[in-house]
Amino acid sequence: MEVVRVDNLTKVYGRGDTQTVALVDANLRVQQGELVALLGPSGSGKTTLLTSICCINEPTRGRIELDGTCVYDDGWTGVDVRAVRRQKMGVIFQAYNLIPFLTVLENVALILTLNGVGQQEAQGRALELLEYLEMESRWQRYPSEISGGERQRVAIARALANNPKVLLADEPTAALDTARGKIVMSLLRKLSREKEAAVIVVTHDERMVEGFDRIYNIADGRIQ
Amino acid sequence: MNLAVRDIRRHKIRFLLTCVGLGLLLTVVMAMSGIYRGLINDATEVVDATPAQIWVVQKDTRGPFAESSRLPEDIEYSISAVKGVRRASPVSFQYVQIQRGNKPARLFLIGYKLGGIGGPPAIAAGRTITKKHYEIVVDRKSGYAVGDTIRLGLEAYNVVGLTRGMTSPSGDAAAFVSLADAQIIQFQLDNDAIRNNRQRVIATFTALNSMNPFMREKATNKALAAAENSHFANAIVAELDDASLAPEVARYIRRWNHYQVFSAEQERELLLKGFIEKSQKQLWLFRTILVVVSGVIIALIIYTLTMDKLREIATLKIIGAPDRTIVNMILQQSLLLGVMGFAVGYVVITQTYAMYPRTVLLQTLDMVVLFAIVVVICVLASILGIWRALKVDPATALSGG
Ligand SMILES: Nc1ncnc2c1ncn2[C@@H]1O[C@H](COP(=O)(O)OP(=O)(O)OP(=O)(O)O)[C@@H](O)[C@H]1O
Ligand SMILES: [Mg+2]
Repeated sequence: MEVVRVDNLTKVYGRGDTQTVALVDANLRVQQGELVALLGPSGSGKTTLLTSICCINEPTRGRIELDGTCVYDDGWTGVDVRAVRRQKMGVIFQAYNLIPFLTVLENVALILTLNGVGQQEAQGRALELLEYLEMESRWQRYPSEISGGERQRVAIARALANNPKVLLADEPTAALDTARGKIVMSLLRKLSREKEAAVIVVTHDERMVEGFDRIYNIADGRIQ
Repeated sequence: MNLAVRDIRRHKIRFLLTCVGLGLLLTVVMAMSGIYRGLINDATEVVDATPAQIWVVQKDTRGPFAESSRLPEDIEYSISAVKGVRRASPVSFQYVQIQRGNKPARLFLIGYKLGGIGGPPAIAAGRTITKKHYEIVVDRKSGYAVGDTIRLGLEAYNVVGLTRGMTSPSGDAAAFVSLADAQIIQFQLDNDAIRNNRQRVIATFTALNSMNPFMREKATNKALAAAENSHFANAIVAELDDASLAPEVARYIRRWNHYQVFSAEQERELLLKGFIEKSQKQLWLFRTILVVVSGVIIALIIYTLTMDKLREIATLKIIGAPDRTIVNMILQQSLLLGVMGFAVGYVVITQTYAMYPRTVLLQTLDMVVLFAIVVVICVLASILGIWRALKVDPATALSGG
């Protein structure tokens, strides 16, 4: 089943002389349980595609469908995209984006409570995930009190917490050493296999490409 | 987990200091409400404490408080005889400046006829006045205790009892003496002044050469007696058989054309108009300004707290938090600030109100109304921050580290 479907997506930043064409008629299809890589040089439009898919960056034209719901068709369709993100998506951006005033455990549990899960249950599930990521010993700490790699793992735990149908990861290994990067990649692989999620991983790191079901190459806003 | 509280914990000092500042502002607002209630209370204290429905004063005056009024004390008898009047009694009011220790102090001296109306309404310590002379009952606010003596005019008076909360319309401690003593204090002259006056009267009559000497001496004595007569009161108060008779009795006495008559209700109005109308407007103005300032402070601090976490708000949007979550977080912070400020204000005013020089009456209703206003202000003050938060583009969270 197609969970992510992008048709002829075009994104042009700016106007007139400063115009940048970031995406040109991009097409992308990702199935349930599929792990795909988005590979391309810097400035090729990878992040633009990802942020468009999770509806925090408005495309110029084209069409985006998530889990059978059209969210963009030459304009936002009016679907509550925040509810879509909350219920069906997990996102990991390069900046981790943890909430600094919440502990590691609370950062992960928050996404569950936002989905109406009770406090107790949410924390229980969050702790399970942290154990799975070998982060359980750090659960009481604040994001500022853990290392970069640990933050990355918390961001991954948070992205996995609501059992997303779609997981978008923007260069989740860029700041990590090879060994750590491999661990993260294996976790994402595991998610697509065990939880049947459609996982899209953006990277320009050629070392990480083994094990993907499919690899899309992107250059100058065009997907090959 | 409560996002509002979690975020505030990062800014503990800033938040707590704001709470204290806001609390002190609200203390002043509470104090002003209390002072206003105190003003009303003080202004009408004497009228309310006097069990009379009718106040008879000098013709063409609005006495005895708003204007001076003087009338012979013996008209109490004509007034007592009016149908519907149970009893009438002369009263006098005057301010006296005394020396207590080495500080000057003011007393509001009330003279009343022993056994009549207008004496101390309740004795908090000691006893009431039983002797016609040299006994005084003062309010505790004056600082005197039973057994002290107070020098008034030429004589010393023994404090035999204390009242609680009896003040003049302007808040000075009240004191009670017999009408006879009050007249002495008000009118009695020292020996030099008496000699002076006598000489003037005698000189006037001596100049009347046409008068026969026998008649002249008689007239001189009469004139001296008249000049030294001090049997005046400032008002005659009357207790009626039934309060509803007041308009009728007042109309009847007015027809004599010698006196002005007010009902107790009219006296109250005269006092409220004369003593607190201006203060009331002033206090309203100050309170309004302070409440607006409180609102501005809350709005500013909530706005800066929101500006400090725009990135986190953008992140909340990315992970799919609904607007409700974000609005609640900001609104709760604003309300928390207001409620804590109110609590600080409440604690401070309840611990300090007794130390104010003016009577401060804290009323539950005033507190409840102020609390409601604070809540409304908090809601309004958070609008700016909420507006800014809802405008934040979730993409903000992606740029930078
Ligand atoms: N907000 C923006 N305003 C204007 N131009 C932008 C904006 N964001 C990206 N671009 C431009 O769009 C193009 C694609 O950018 P994008 O961020 O998608 O690249 P990327 O493939 O993610 O690159 P990298 O690997 O360096 O992260 C670039 O030329 C970039 O300069
Ligand atoms: Mg990028």
